[in-house]
Amino acid sequence: MKVVLSVEGVSLAFGGVKALQDVSFDVAEHEIRAIIGPNGAGKSSMLNVLNGVYHPQKGTIRFRERVFQDMSPRRAAELGIARTFQNIALFKGMTVLDNIMAGRNLKMRCNFLQQALWLGAAKREELEHRRAVEEIIDFLEIQHVRRTPVGRLPYGLQKRVELGRALAAEPTLLLLDEPMAGMNVEEKQDMCRFILDVNDHYGTTIVLIEHDMGVVMDISSRVVVLDYGRKIADGSPDEVRSDPKVIDAYLGVAHA
Amino acid sequence: MLYREAGQFKSSYAADQQIFPLRQDRIGMALLLVLAFVVVPLVGDQYWLSAILTPFLVFSLAALGLNILTGYAGQLSLGTAAFMAVGAFMAYNAELRIPYMPSLGSFVIGGLCAAAVGIVFGLPSLRIKGLYLAVATLAAQFFVLWAINRIGWFSNYSSSGVITAQRVELLGYDVVTPAGKYVLTLAIVSLMALAAKNLMRSETGRAFMAIRDMDVAASVIGIPMMKTKLLAFAISSFYCGVAGALYAYCYLGTVEPEAFTLELSFRILFMIIIGGVGSILGSFLGAAFITLFPIFLNLASKALEDALGMEMSHAVVSNTEVVIFGGLIIFFLIVEPNGLARLWQIAKEKLRLWPFPH
Amino acid sequence: MSDLSFFLEVLAGGLLAGVMYALVALGFVLIYKASGVFNFAQGSMVFFAALTLVSLLERDWNFWLALAVTLVVMVVLGMLIERLVLRPLVNQPQITLLMATIGLTFVLEGLSQLAWGSQPHGLELGIPDVPIEWLSMRWNINISQFDLFAAAVAGVLVAVLALLFQKTRIGRALRAVADDHQAALAVGIPLQHIWALVWAVAGFVALVAGVMWGVRNGVQYALTFTALKALPVLILGGFESILGAIVGGLIIGASEKLAEVYLGPYVGGGIESWFAYVVALLFLLVRPEGLFGEKHIDRV
Repeated sequence: MKVVLSVEGVSLAFGGVKALQDVSFDVAEHEIRAIIGPNGAGKSSMLNVLNGVYHPQKGTIRFRERVFQDMSPRRAAELGIARTFQNIALFKGMTVLDNIMAGRNLKMRCNFLQQALWLGAAKREELEHRRAVEEIIDFLEIQHVRRTPVGRLPYGLQKRVELGRALAAEPTLLLLDEPMAGMNVEEKQDMCRFILDVNDHYGTTIVLIEHDMGVVMDISSRVVVLDYGRKIADGSPDEVRSDPKVIDAYLGVAHA
Repeated sequence: MLYREAGQFKSSYAADQQIFPLRQDRIGMALLLVLAFVVVPLVGDQYWLSAILTPFLVFSLAALGLNILTGYAGQLSLGTAAFMAVGAFMAYNAELRIPYMPSLGSFVIGGLCAAAVGIVFGLPSLRIKGLYLAVATLAAQFFVLWAINRIGWFSNYSSSGVITAQRVELLGYDVVTPAGKYVLTLAIVSLMALAAKNLMRSETGRAFMAIRDMDVAASVIGIPMMKTKLLAFAISSFYCGVAGALYAYCYLGTVEPEAFTLELSFRILFMIIIGGVGSILGSFLGAAFITLFPIFLNLASKALEDALGMEMSHAVVSNTEVVIFGGLIIFFLIVEPNGLARLWQIAKEKLRLWPFPH
Repeated sequence: MSDLSFFLEVLAGGLLAGVMYALVALGFVLIYKASGVFNFAQGSMVFFAALTLVSLLERDWNFWLALAVTLVVMVVLGMLIERLVLRPLVNQPQITLLMATIGLTFVLEGLSQLAWGSQPHGLELGIPDVPIEWLSMRWNINISQFDLFAAAVAGVLVAVLALLFQKTRIGRALRAVADDHQAALAVGIPLQHIWALVWAVAGFVALVAGVMWGVRNGVQYALTFTALKALPVLILGGFESILGAIVGGLIIGASEKLAEVYLGPYVGGGIESWFAYVVALLFLLVRPEGLFGEKHIDRV
């Protein structure tokens, strides 16, 4: 099991609020790692630390053997880390196609002059990336809305488009913040299928935050449990499910 | 019936990516270009060419520049006129001081200088946005105008600050007739509009729109904030600079700094609001509207004067114009924030169904 | 005249000019505080108020009657603006509202001049614009009586407004509305009435500012754009602070005059046209929320 990401002793505080306290865990290559816990446990903050939006006061992050003290979102993107957000962060004024194409920006080489003149190189590059994006659109089954402005789509489809934009960057590590939130059963099944396919087909390592325990148990290989900013459990889904600390803090007990 | 997509299937991405995917649109555009380049200069009278069509084209270019910055990249700018002024005065100085400088070359230099000034005053956009940024552009507007007025070098030390644009020459021919100036302006504006369209449907355009819609998300997917914002200022100011140079050389003839006041900046802002923010076509529609409307109003007031047998002072007419402009801005913002361009799109969509209602 | 007394005179002149700016800025703060809208048209409201008053006075109306009628007109105007322009745009992004108020500026300017004509007018309040005698006699400093009167009026206005916002029930409601419309509605605060009230008060403030400016500089079209100077004032003071409007106004007024007098000669003069904006710009780079404003945090 090769470790692709390891988090060591990360502490994050906002003024007096301690969002994360001395959290450590690792993520193996190609696995699906879930982070669960009650609201306010620091899950989103952890993801924000992983991709450089927040800077922890203490601790280090090791991605592919390299240690990072100060990650920035742009740096994270360049390293192959992509993510989705809890409250959809799509570009509402652009179409689905444009949003996903925007995800290809780090792979585009032509400068603005070439684009303005639409010379051979710029045209070829645009079409080549269009091809790649259309594969993602096919994969996520959103062909019918590709020219619709994203702001007009229903919530479930917007989440899919956001996943598409993250996939467009061909990431090695994908961070998903509650990808199923607000979806009905069918949409959740579709999303599970997509996530599993991405992991299977592209080999992408996935870290996801999720509240639906059924989903977590089904698709993740290992689970980290956070509570009040601290890690309280770490292991396989079954181990975590039967851990008394986790049951107390979060899962509860089924009443007979 | 006429305007149908039926049978026009796109079998390649290249075909899908075209600017005018529908055959009817391509034909329409071709006809328009023939009309504009060939028919109008032959048939048009001097007044229309020099006092209406040429300034319309110049303002379209300036509106295009502002649209790139404010409409696509979401950075509000109230300093458009200042960038035009830089373009005009630097083109003048380039032609004056650099031997053998061709006219087109001095236009380009005017544009590049405007781009440089744009970058400088765009630097604050890295830290501030929205209304605060508008204040930075106001600073640009007032400062640039003051600098051009006070520093004699810009106007070649003329005592009044007025400069007279030199003759425009193209490949050895002097461009002096209204028709000639019109065609030159049309050519420059068309090419720059095409370049802008290409740019906005490429990665650059997407990066601009991403920054406009949600800049945090944009940097998360790897779009470089600083480079993108400054590029937006640079390209936009380049367009405004060239527009300023054309304003001086192909329209006004003699130029003073007072031609580039804050009111002109507002006027161009109105053009993109009414025409449609974030739309190339909208820049043209808005410029057309604002250029033609005062003429229309004049005619209407003359007709009214004749009908009612009384005289309306010039002040009344111009104040009415101002009230109607302001009112239209508010109207468009409430009813159709995407301006005339969107209305045009809706009209085309209805046309596609005609004669059926839906 | 000694250097010090010259300096003091320029400083005093600048501070008092700053009071004028502050009066206009107050109107902006009120509306921004209560509705989050930056009312670009505040300057033209000032102009409209002043022009209406002056025109009534020139038709030989009694001063107090003219003032009362103008006040009513301004209050009605404020409420009309809220109803016709702002309410239809209530959920639009800030930039749309800003552009709507820019359009409104032009509507008001045009209407004012259509109604009352476009010549400049003078305005007299009975307080002479002459230097205060004992100051000019003893210390050789010339400060106009009228300017001091304007400063006093501004001071009273600021105090009253600050009290209104901090101590009264209505003031609390206004602050609640500014913070979160939905929440305010949820606790039963009548949003529409509050906004109408705020715009009415802004109209009143515009009248006071208009009168002061009118006496100082005459009532003319340029008044609308002078109001743009309020923007740097707001940037310094913070868009939501009444106290900030005064402090910002004083700083801008003073620094502008001092710069013109002491730096101006080295660069050919005319610095006043841009100095305030550049100061605001530099301030923005260091402390964007202003001296008294609140920091904005972008949450992802």
